Amino acid sequence: MEEKKMDLSQSQQEDLASQIGDENGVKDTLLELLLHNKLAVFSAVVILIIALAAIFAPVVAPYSFEEIDPMARLSPPSATHILGTDELGRDVFSRLIYGSRLSLLVGILPTLVSMFIGVVLGLVSGYFGGKVDYVIMRLADIMLAFPSLLLAMVVMYTLGSSTINIFVALALINWASVARVVRSHTLSLKESEYVEAARSIGVSSGIIMLRHVLPNCVPSLIVLFTLNVPSAILSESSLSFLGIGAQRPAASWGLMVTDGQQFLFNQPWLCLAPCVAIMIVVLAFNFLGDGLRDVLDPYMKNQ
Amino acid sequence: MRIFLKRLAGMLVVLVGVVLLLFIMLRIIPGSPVTTLLGERASQQVIDRMTEELGLNDPLFMQFLRYVGNALHGDFGTSYKLNRPVSALIMSAFPNTVRLSIFAALFAWGVGIIAGIISAICKNQQRFRLLSSLIDRLFMGGALVGVSMPVFMTCLFLQYFLAYRVQLFPLSGFDQPLSVVLPAIALGWNSAGTVARMTRSSLLEVMQADYISTARAKGRGSAGIILCHALKNSMLPVVTMMALQISSMLSGAVITETVFGINGIGRLAVTAIQSRDMPLLQGTVIFTTILVMLGNLAADTLYSVLDPRIRREG
Repeated sequence: MEEKKMDLSQSQQEDLASQIGDENGVKDTLLELLLHNKLAVFSAVVILIIALAAIFAPVVAPYSFEEIDPMARLSPPSATHILGTDELGRDVFSRLIYGSRLSLLVGILPTLVSMFIGVVLGLVSGYFGGKVDYVIMRLADIMLAFPSLLLAMVVMYTLGSSTINIFVALALINWASVARVVRSHTLSLKESEYVEAARSIGVSSGIIMLRHVLPNCVPSLIVLFTLNVPSAILSESSLSFLGIGAQRPAASWGLMVTDGQQFLFNQPWLCLAPCVAIMIVVLAFNFLGDGLRDVLDPYMKNQ
Repeated sequence: MRIFLKRLAGMLVVLVGVVLLLFIMLRIIPGSPVTTLLGERASQQVIDRMTEELGLNDPLFMQFLRYVGNALHGDFGTSYKLNRPVSALIMSAFPNTVRLSIFAALFAWGVGIIAGIISAICKNQQRFRLLSSLIDRLFMGGALVGVSMPVFMTCLFLQYFLAYRVQLFPLSGFDQPLSVVLPAIALGWNSAGTVARMTRSSLLEVMQADYISTARAKGRGSAGIILCHALKNSMLPVVTMMALQISSMLSGAVITETVFGINGIGRLAVTAIQSRDMPLLQGTVIFTTILVMLGNLAADTLYSVLDPRIRREG
């Protein structure tokens, strides 16, 4: 059923292309369609602002993330400290800005790596089929059988708790769903006439996969990327919250929540502020991903 | 029945893979677990004897076979730190996790399905266009916010507002009848959003079917069509998705149990990692994964019972 749906989406895109004439035309209309979705555009702007704040953190943040103001411990939000200070007298707002660096990086880098692994395994699995396919897909089944947070916890146990190891852990465990999607695309694409034609004139398998199959997976991959980034951000903050992710004094949102937890009742801003920050970033990526999916991959909507 | 057996066989292959992968991952760490167990100052002699006693000198494959053999008899080894059988520890924590998950699931499915239905009705409503479209957007926006909230955030917000500001429910623990409420809502929150989105989109898809047009031609109102004609068929994908939620719920339970101080399997896993208690971690993860796989198997079976088309194709 999945394959049937995809054929539709492809033929629909081809229809669109023939109506408009050239490939650029299609891209223009897709962009226009996306721009119509105000929520997606707004989310993209929010992500951009947070990314800029993360890049220029030393300029934007009023204080450094480890600067201690001993006179103002646990002070409530005020003009000098917009979101108050923590138990050591560090400015919460500045730590949030520095923390966005880790959150965005941990969302994007491991997701790119895991998508690369997923794409390679999915292409190979779908294109060659047979035993290779069986082994790769069972491996994917095994990865997907674990509850994701528990698998991440086990990998962190093996690697040891540190910020770098979160990147490694998240890159290693999130490839399975990508591999499945790419495989199902490859299975239907390899039956298409142009792949048949390429094969008949002796184009090698590697080139066929790269030049004829992969480009057709790109729309789904873009959508998967925007939806996998927030889940990676949530995983990092959960791991750090449990104390097996980023270690002090790093500015990680999850870690800030854990540290603020003991002051929940008297200084609630300490944990609620990073919580809201996580939610805003994740929500923005989810809205953007939803918008992109409606435009790029309308038939994936119900899966 | 044949499909069921085929699925069961596939599940066993994956299960062996899960145990093997876990076994390897937990044993490629530099440093022997014995040093963690006895502390840095233990003499070499004691370390050697302990290593021999725990069978850590044998080849990895022998260790694996022995572990699986023992596990089939219900013996998952002994916890290093707590010095009790892992299976006993899991069994004492299991009822709490089950109770928490069941209430969380009830919350998620109840709220999610009702919100999804209301949203779909509003989307299809012909009168009061502006108001109903607003309600639809509000519900779906709310659902996406629910999906985007980290579990610990829901936990802490509920603790702050409903246990501290308004002292309706106990702050933590699991011994009073009302103490299950907050953790269950916190854990079910994300799933409620997912279920609501799924219910709505599935309902709207079913609404395109011919028999819905027939019902409409007979003059039934849109709410009547949804509740009497569309709802039953639209629940098929939702049922499957609910079972898939078991996995994310058990992930979330790790955090919920930690925040609310509930003695469940998730908290056991966190304790195991913090005290580097390898057999305990191994046992809890295997146990949880088996639960997830059984849930998926149940969903597959239920799906083919509910939808005869699947049975014929499979």
